[in-house]
Amino acid sequence: MSATATSASNKVDNGVNVEALLGARAALTEAPEAARFKWRATCSWVNGTHSRSTVQSFFGLGAEQSHKTEFRYDADHPEVFASEDNGATPVEYVLVGLASCLTAGVAAVAQNRGIQLRSVKATLEAGMDIQGILGIDSDVRNGFDGIKVVFDIDADASKEDIAALVAQSQRRSAVFDIVTNPTNVAVEVR
Amino acid sequence: MIDAAPRRRPLTGTVDVVVIGAGHAGLAMSRCLSERSIDHVVLERGEIANSWRHERWDSLRLLTPNWQSRLPGYRYAGADPDGYMTMPEVVGFIDQYARIVSAPVRTGTAVTSVSAADDGYRVVTDHGQWRCRAVVIASGAHNIPAVPSLGAALPRSLQTLTTKEYRNPGQLDDRGALVVGASATGLQLADEIQRSGRQVTLAVGEHIRMPRVYRGLDIQWWLDAIGILDERYDEVDDIVRARRVPSPQLIGTPQRSTLDLNTLTERGVEIAGRLVGVSDGKAQFSGSLRNHCAMADLKQGRLLETIDAWAGQNGKRDEIAAPERFAPTRVEDTPRLSLDLTSGRIGTVIWATGFRPDYGWLHVPALDRKGSLRHAGGIVDVRGLYVLGLNFMRRRKSSFLHGAEDDVHDLSTHLAMYLRDSAKAVSRAPRKVDLTKDHHLGHAANAVAAVAASDWQLGQDGQMN
Repeated sequence: MSATATSASNKVDNGVNVEALLGARAALTEAPEAARFKWRATCSWVNGTHSRSTVQSFFGLGAEQSHKTEFRYDADHPEVFASEDNGATPVEYVLVGLASCLTAGVAAVAQNRGIQLRSVKATLEAGMDIQGILGIDSDVRNGFDGIKVVFDIDADASKEDIAALVAQSQRRSAVFDIVTNPTNVAVEVR
Repeated sequence: MIDAAPRRRPLTGTVDVVVIGAGHAGLAMSRCLSERSIDHVVLERGEIANSWRHERWDSLRLLTPNWQSRLPGYRYAGADPDGYMTMPEVVGFIDQYARIVSAPVRTGTAVTSVSAADDGYRVVTDHGQWRCRAVVIASGAHNIPAVPSLGAALPRSLQTLTTKEYRNPGQLDDRGALVVGASATGLQLADEIQRSGRQVTLAVGEHIRMPRVYRGLDIQWWLDAIGILDERYDEVDDIVRARRVPSPQLIGTPQRSTLDLNTLTERGVEIAGRLVGVSDGKAQFSGSLRNHCAMADLKQGRLLETIDAWAGQNGKRDEIAAPERFAPTRVEDTPRLSLDLTSGRIGTVIWATGFRPDYGWLHVPALDRKGSLRHAGGIVDVRGLYVLGLNFMRRRKSSFLHGAEDDVHDLSTHLAMYLRDSAKAVSRAPRKVDLTKDHHLGHAANAVAAVAASDWQLGQDGQMN
């Protein structure tokens, strides 16, 4: 990072500790083993389509780690699916994951580029033809047929710089990668 | 001179420096070493300019205009400064350079091993051995096609070609082709294969978009003028990333035309995202195409703004055409995410996915965990070892033909000091001197004299007539 970029980023505060992130990047370049993380979730069936997932432990930096507290997520389906609507649908959690990942990325990249954010709002919409999951038409896939993300960003930057922020956020986003590229999934029963 | 060289020198011997590779970079280094009277030999596995001669497709022309083609003491002086050399012309250019600089080249001599020996190196070839104090690796960055591992999952019924093997569309059957990679190479091959009447699908990841001509001047003129080509490895924020940037989407044609994804779309090429998997005979493409195109458009826009700002400050405003902005890359609403490779529609997959250097013969601890040479601007972090011609090695232009000039000047200066200082260290510690090695001191004396005499010599870059 050049001296000018550092002084520019000191003036802005998006609440992102870029120095710590850049320090971690430098440290992990030297110790790539420590960069191997494992993310975990558990999910228990409650009733009907209602389930409750919890997230707390993860592995990284060569050791077991833990969130400060256990986070819990109820998932269900809405009443039009003849369900009780005790929580968001699983596919909405995918949108939540994508939106929050891209938004966090926008904040981090903006901090690194010395751009002060005033507000960032992402609005997502994903199309899905439920003939797939209902098994009506085998030519229709189960998942989304596309996802549209619209960002409204108020920041001290030009339109082009804001577009570049959003582009770089996608380039470095784990969830964007997960939803745009294939991933091997192994499901077992014990 | 070249023909006489094998009779002048033994097949096996001792020199101060072994240069591996008689391409433009190795020959440029040879010229600088000769100027400093540093005893050296250039070992070449094949012929002079071997890769240009044997490992390029038929229609390829340089991506840089003729006026930019230069090597130390030598530059293009033909009648078409704005044109782009064909491969036979590049070979002729380099061949003539080898003759003019009287490079001590041994052709047909493949290096099989470089290892440390005493205070220098042992270089083993398929035609004898050399001992030397320093080695310059000028064998290029385009040795082994970098085919992604997912290539192993392709249906065996398909023909696959790397860009090292591809020559022209006549090698393909009449069916369609999947071209993987959107650098200059991928776009050029997609274009000519589509024009040959075969339907091309192009897999596009991160790429660099540039117009061939901007405001009436070649984009390379602008890149040179605004200083981008001279940017040094120690001036950029993230050199590792900068070295991975793919080559800009350019083509050299007599029409000086621009070749970008929009051009290809107009010609009927189907644009898909990065190839990310092959499963059940189907190619899978990333859903990230839109972002990759948006990034390339933004980067091109920034480059043009930089150029316009430079032109405004440097009095170029009146002499040149008005600023232009180009249409954003058109991306279909729903780009293809998969392609059935078993349907019979596709006959060939072409890997335009780049190359990596081959260091299989380098038995010196100089590679990092990813197999790349550890070096600072071409000075490898093992004493007496140097490299040339890698992407953004010392400057952004390092991998270009005209980029060798500044690099070999810097590195031959460093190399001469290394030879002198290591010889001094030996003379200051006489108890360590092995009398069987006293010939090194003689060479070192030559090197000191050469350095002292070199200041005026290096300024005399005569033009080729």
